[in-house]
Amino acid sequence: MKRDNRPVNLDLTQFSFPLPAITSILHRITGVILLFGVGFLLWGLDQSLESQQSFDALISLLDGFLAKLIVWGILAALLYHLVAGFKHLFMDLGIGETLEGGQTGAKVVLVVAVVLILAAGVWVW
Amino acid sequence: MVNPATNYGKNGVQDWIVQRLTAVILAIYTLFIIGTLILSGDVTYAGWKALFSLTWVRVFSLMALLSVLAHAWVGLWTVSTDYIKPPMVRFLFQLFCGVLLFVYVVWGVEVLWGL
Ligand code: HEM
Repeated sequence: MKRDNRPVNLDLTQFSFPLPAITSILHRITGVILLFGVGFLLWGLDQSLESQQSFDALISLLDGFLAKLIVWGILAALLYHLVAGFKHLFMDLGIGETLEGGQTGAKVVLVVAVVLILAAGVWVW
Repeated sequence: MVNPATNYGKNGVQDWIVQRLTAVILAIYTLFIIGTLILSGDVTYAGWKALFSLTWVRVFSLMALLSVLAHAWVGLWTVSTDYIKPPMVRFLFQLFCGVLLFVYVVWGVEVLWGL
C-alpha cells in the first residue's frame, strides 16, 4: 500500500465539535458510567430487600448529602443515556436522519435531558 | 467485505440488533421503576418487599439485568475497540467488564430470590 502524505491533524483542542458530536460522546460517557452505576443500584436493592433494619439503614443513609449526590449522578447518567438512546432508536427507524434533523435531535435531547435531570435533582432532595 | 471483528453475536448486525432490543427492555424497566417510585410516594419496607416478591417483577428485573449484560457488553466492546489499542490492555479491560457484568447477574439473582 502506498502511504499518502496528506497532512493529518489530530489535535483535539483544535477540532470543532458540532452539537450532535457532543450529545453522542455524552451518550458514550454516560454508558460507561452506568456500568458502575448498576453496581450501586444493585447494592441499594439488596439493602432495601434484605430486612426492615437494612431498609431503614438505607433510607437514613440516603439522607446524607454525599449519598444524594451519588444517586443524583447515577440518575442523571441514566436519564441522559435514556433520552439520547431514544433518539438513537428513532434515527434507526429513519426519523430525523438528515443533517438538519440531526442538529434538531441533538438540541431536543439536550433540552429534555437537562429538564429531566433537574427534576431528578429536585426529587432526590 | 469487512473483517468479522465481532464480539457478542456472529456479526455486527446481530450485535446491533441485540443492543437495540436490550435498549428497549432497559428503557421500559427504567420507566417502570421510576414510575413506581414516583407514584407510590413514601415507600415502606412491606410494600417494597411485596412488590419484589411478585414473580413477574422478579422475572422482569432479571430480564433487565440480563439485558444490561448483553447491552453493556456490546457497548463496551465498541468503546474499547475505539480507544484502547494495545491488544493486551484491551483484553484485560474487556475481561474486567465481562466479569463485572457476570457478577451483577449472579448477585442480582441472589438479591431477587433472596438466596
Ligand atoms: C442501565 C444500564 C445501561 C448501560 C450500562 C448502558 C451502556 C451502554 C454503553 C457502554 C453503550 C455504548 C456506547 C457507544 O458505543 O458509544 C451503549 C449504547 C447504547 N445504549 Fe445503553 N446502557 C444502558 C441503558 C440503556 C437504556 C435504558 C437505553 C434506552 C433507550 C439505552 C440505549 C442505547 C443505545 C440505543 C445504544 C447504541 C448507541 C450506538 O449504537 O452508538 N441504553 N449503552
